[in-house]
Amino acid sequence: MFSASLLVFLTGCSGNQSALNTHGHSADALRDLIILITVVCTVVWLMVVGFLLWALARRREVPRRDSDTERKMALSIRLAIAATILTVAGLTIASFYTTRDLNSSNGASLTVRVKAQQWWWQFAYQASDQEPPFLTANELHIPVNKDVRLELEALDVIHSLWIPSLAGKLDMIPGRKNIITIRATRPGIYRGQCAEFCGLQHSHMAFVVVVEEGAAYQRWVAAQAAPAVEPAMAEASAGKAVFMSKPCAACHTIRGTSATGTSGPDLTHVASRRTIGAGLLETTRGSLAAWIADPQTLKPGNNMPLVPLTSDELRQISAYMEELK
Amino acid sequence: MKDRIVLDASALPMHGMGAASPTWWATCAFMLIEGSGFALALAVYLYLMSLAPSWPMEAPPPDLWAGTWLTLMLIASVVPNVLVSRWAHRRDLRKVQVGLVVMTMLGIIPLVLRAFEFTKLHIRWDDNAYGSIVWMLLGLHTTHILTDVVDTVVLACLMFSRHADNTRRYGDVQDNCMYWNFVVVAWLPLYGCIYGLARL
Amino acid sequence: MTRDQGARVPLDVDISDAELERQLKETWSSKPGLWGAISTVDHKVVAGRYIATAFVFLILGGLLAMAMRLQLSQPEARFINPDRYNQIFTMHGSTMMFLFAVPVMEAMAAYLVPLMVGTRNIAFPRLNAFSYWIFLFGGILLWVAFALDTAPDVGWFAYVPLAGPQYAPGKRADLWAQMITFTEVAALAVAVEIAVTVFKQRAPGMSLDRIPVLVWAMLVMSFLVIMAMPAIMFSSTTLILDRLVGTHFYNPAEGGDALLWQHLFWFFGHPEVYIIFLPAVGMVSTILPAFVGRPLFGYMLLVMALITTGVLSFGLWVHHMFTVGLPRVGESFFTASSMSIAVPAGIQIFCWLATLWAGKPVYKTPLLFILGFIVTFVMGGMTGVMVASVPFDTQVHDTYFVVAHFHYVLIGGAVFPLIAAVYYWFPKMTGRMMSERLGRWSFWLIFCGFHLTFFPMHILGLWGMPRRIYTYQPELPWTSLNLFVSLSALVLAGGFLVFFVNAIRSRRNGLPAGSNPWGAATLEWATSSPPPPYNFRRIPVVSSLDPLTPGENELPVVAGLRTDRRELLVTSVVEALPQARESSTTDSVWPFWAAVATSVMLVWSIFTPWAVVWGSIPVAITLIGWFWPKGSPEDES
Ligand code: HEA
Ligand code: HEA
Ligand code: HEC
Ligand code: CUA
Ligand SMILES: [Cu+2]
Repeated sequence: MFSASLLVFLTGCSGNQSALNTHGHSADALRDLIILITVVCTVVWLMVVGFLLWALARRREVPRRDSDTERKMALSIRLAIAATILTVAGLTIASFYTTRDLNSSNGASLTVRVKAQQWWWQFAYQASDQEPPFLTANELHIPVNKDVRLELEALDVIHSLWIPSLAGKLDMIPGRKNIITIRATRPGIYRGQCAEFCGLQHSHMAFVVVVEEGAAYQRWVAAQAAPAVEPAMAEASAGKAVFMSKPCAACHTIRGTSATGTSGPDLTHVASRRTIGAGLLETTRGSLAAWIADPQTLKPGNNMPLVPLTSDELRQISAYMEELK
Repeated sequence: MKDRIVLDASALPMHGMGAASPTWWATCAFMLIEGSGFALALAVYLYLMSLAPSWPMEAPPPDLWAGTWLTLMLIASVVPNVLVSRWAHRRDLRKVQVGLVVMTMLGIIPLVLRAFEFTKLHIRWDDNAYGSIVWMLLGLHTTHILTDVVDTVVLACLMFSRHADNTRRYGDVQDNCMYWNFVVVAWLPLYGCIYGLARL
Repeated sequence: MTRDQGARVPLDVDISDAELERQLKETWSSKPGLWGAISTVDHKVVAGRYIATAFVFLILGGLLAMAMRLQLSQPEARFINPDRYNQIFTMHGSTMMFLFAVPVMEAMAAYLVPLMVGTRNIAFPRLNAFSYWIFLFGGILLWVAFALDTAPDVGWFAYVPLAGPQYAPGKRADLWAQMITFTEVAALAVAVEIAVTVFKQRAPGMSLDRIPVLVWAMLVMSFLVIMAMPAIMFSSTTLILDRLVGTHFYNPAEGGDALLWQHLFWFFGHPEVYIIFLPAVGMVSTILPAFVGRPLFGYMLLVMALITTGVLSFGLWVHHMFTVGLPRVGESFFTASSMSIAVPAGIQIFCWLATLWAGKPVYKTPLLFILGFIVTFVMGGMTGVMVASVPFDTQVHDTYFVVAHFHYVLIGGAVFPLIAAVYYWFPKMTGRMMSERLGRWSFWLIFCGFHLTFFPMHILGLWGMPRRIYTYQPELPWTSLNLFVSLSALVLAGGFLVFFVNAIRSRRNGLPAGSNPWGAATLEWATSSPPPPYNFRRIPVVSSLDPLTPGENELPVVAGLRTDRRELLVTSVVEALPQARESSTTDSVWPFWAAVATSVMLVWSIFTPWAVVWGSIPVAITLIGWFWPKGSPEDES
């Protein structure tokens, strides 16, 4: 099939945020449905255009309006209508069955609360037998082949959680709670992005999903649940002092320190995360420094103000941040 | 192209009455528009009610008397209203003039009652969503009474002027009567919602 | 009473055609000069302005689209800052939907319907003039706000709470809501006029089964406007109330609900797209026969399809909300209803294909655009069927896939037929033909430019590109396709440019058209091009679906109408039997003043609720001035 092979080609170069390049239980099912419907619709379109070309190309001397022609046309139209009804009925049934499949989860092993806000994501992991609860931002870790239940909440305006490679999207609406269950079928790193327009930085409201084998996932949980490490280098210690004395601590939490603000992301293990600024920049010492020095140029309008710092202070804070693995 | 005359219209009246008049149809169209508006407002009331844990939200139901009197007034006003329409149909100028004055009064009295009604809701529009929607329903209906009263007043003036004795004017009077009936009928489901549903 | 008057007043019997035309002209013409221009109520003049203004908004909206394409042509581009970008796409969507697509279709209706049903002016001509001014002022309001950098920035459907009092400070969202009020008032007015014109002013003999398909389409469109627009009036009003006086319709903390807005908006918003689309298919059905040399196949089927689409369109709105987390059963119902709309759409496509198959096509520009329409719209319809599937939509909702879908149906499904209509009726409106050579150029540029621009967006959507993002990061695989799209948009814009140049040049220099250059069969071609202020010397009498037969040189007409007052025929709804010689109102400046007063009230009410109280007084005064009889012959009965 032409369109099918085209789809295979399209899948190849579509990256890790794609509805065609899928590695999740529901995204796989959706991909099959997408291919099915696309093929059917392409065939219908080709038939219409083929007929159109034939109608234009066929030779004729005069326009025909005799009753024989009219009868023939009436019959063909009736057939075409019947075919249309059957086709759309078929597509309706196919999508109904796909929906049913998606909802067939056999009990989630893990629940994560996702809170969306302008313009970053907070993931709250609940306490387990071994570990206390903890928060992280813009990076979701899940074990492979396990059903994970995500409880979606929006703190300000409507956002939408979308990890195309793993599942379809679901909106996050203030005053309502939505629940989606996802299951990744292959370890890897997938990208997700807010899909509902939510204001100035809707474009920069992404996150990564890290799918890991059980053991690696458990290691990550243990590391995240631990409080922040004490800075080792002198520069970093100085940075910690600056952080606590500046407004930073009023917005950010670093567990194990006196910083307990909640309006910004939890920074306890910020350096362990792949990106900062909701997928904006790869986490490096340089990008941390750049972000802290001028968040408003990098991500205009975001809710972290520019806090005036001397260049020494900036260096120290970045050193501190970099150690928060 | 040349004309071939096949019909003679010279014997037709110079203005159609009732369904032969475009304004009658326009009045119907506007009633359809506003009817959709009322239906929607009611749907919103029911929608908010279905979401709320308790209804009315954090308020006792509105007191009955003002709204009930108003409803009775409105229903009663239909009788003279229909009479005016009939007189207009018979082109009885004197009676139409009197009728319009009466209908003006019968439009103003509900407005006064309505003012009381707002105070008996026991909720403000900015207290919660329940308050917002009842104020909206009442407000919407009040604008309809108000516009019809203004319309009636203007029409009454017109009927005392030199333009009065004209089929068009009688048609206008009839359309105005039809519209008033609509205003009355539209109120009944609103009354049921605001006072009835809030007591269930 | 009428009869003895009839003896004294001048009638159109027993006088020469030239003398009759002179008398009619005197009665029906508007005064020259600015005052005459402001007070005219000639539906052709008003609709002509309406159309021209709407096309200006198309150009403005198109230029905004080009600005967006510039910004998106590279990753992390900095041509436009996020705040401006959000204003720009909101302005683009709102301008295209509310200031271009709906008004232009209504305006085509206001121009064509009276001519096609064979009457002398639209019903309620003053309301028509009022409608235009309101539309113009609403458009100016929005664009002045944009120039002042305070345009709305919440998207063309302004979801709350983002558009609510907490997250949209300032007056931006109010301006959006009030612009809606302006355009809805204007649209409702035209809808009422069209409906009444079609019901009551059809030429004698034009029974229901002889109404041209375009007129049916416009009638259904009017009903959609009448039934759907109250929803958006209600929602925009409540939004302003939430923002201005602290009501809580959309505030979940006080028992309101964010989804209520979406239900209300889409209860209007879905019919809205058919308000745009149905007139367009009406145009296709009317234009096609003239270029294939045979009548349309399946008149009854087509009319039924129009009506079915109209009715069904009220049962689809939830398909814009498939990802909000509503119960699955309910959503499946909306999948089924959305898919079912493929049936009436298919019926129309099949009838046109049959007509083409049996006919002998003549490849003039209008036909080219219609063929382009079929190819393109069916594709857009197919993607419509795709997104109608709930699970499918969870992957593509709010992505460029949907952007592609709706440009395919809006441009391919509505703008292509509209351009065909402009090429087709331009000779009637101006008396001159548009250039065929430029017409071909514009077609191929627009057709190719369109597909090159919008086809790749499907792929971008499937590759995960959300809509309404002002930029994206270089590591995402979207860069080259976006650049390609932006470059192709230049081709598309070039095509539009050729089209506009053609129209502007042909207005002055085009070849004279004559009354019926295409040999078409509907009544608007029975009168001269451009039509005189009174449209028809005598009102035609209709005895078949195609009143004009080629080669026939005589037109059956009615006589016995007065020439000293604006008079036309009112006929019965079903059979179009003559009922009365009704008058049509004279020119008046009051509609203009009423529009000014209304505009002042509406704009003022963004700032204080008292504006509604004080502002309504001048409105009432102007309305009294408008309706108070002036003792002209038109007032006789
Ligand atoms: C002119 C405007 C127009 C038209 C005609 C349509 C036509 C259709 N639209 Fe579209 N739509 C829009 C304008 C339009 N739409 C806009 C503006 C939006 C987005 C708004 C926004 O979010 O900003 C939108 C969004 C939109 C959505 C929401 C998507 C989302 O946000 O995720 C959906 C979902 O169901 C949808 C469905 C359909 C369907 C089923 C049709 C059908 O009517 C199509 C029917 C036609 C055909 C199917 C082709 C012809 C038929 C045949 C040849 C017969 C054979 C066919 C088969 C066997 C299938 N549309
Ligand atoms: C009928 C409606 C319509 C039309 C015609 C168009 C036309 C175009 N649209 Fe449209 N678009 C919408 C309706 C429409 N759009 C809507 C409703 C939205 C959603 C908004 C939202 O999300 O809120 C949208 C959103 C939208 C987006 C998504 C923005 C985003 O989500 O971030 C994009 C992106 O590429 C886009 C591009 C275009 C382009 C390139 C054209 C081109 O076709 C434009 C081509 C036309 C021109 C360029 C004008 C050319 C004229 C000249 C150059 C000549 C000047 C001549 C003289 C003076 C004589 N549109
Ligand atoms: C007024 C509140 C506020 C203050 C003060 C503040 N921040 Fe932030 N910070 C935020 C918010 C909100 C974000 C998330 C921004 C986004 O991604 O949209 C953030 C993000 C960050 C991030 C990136 C985290 C991530 O995972 O994406 C770092 C690092 C950071 N802040 C460090 C600092 C430092 C260091 C200071 C002090 C110099 C500081 N912040 C002061 C609110 C604040
Ligand atoms: Cu959050 Cu878009
Ligand atoms: Cu829709």
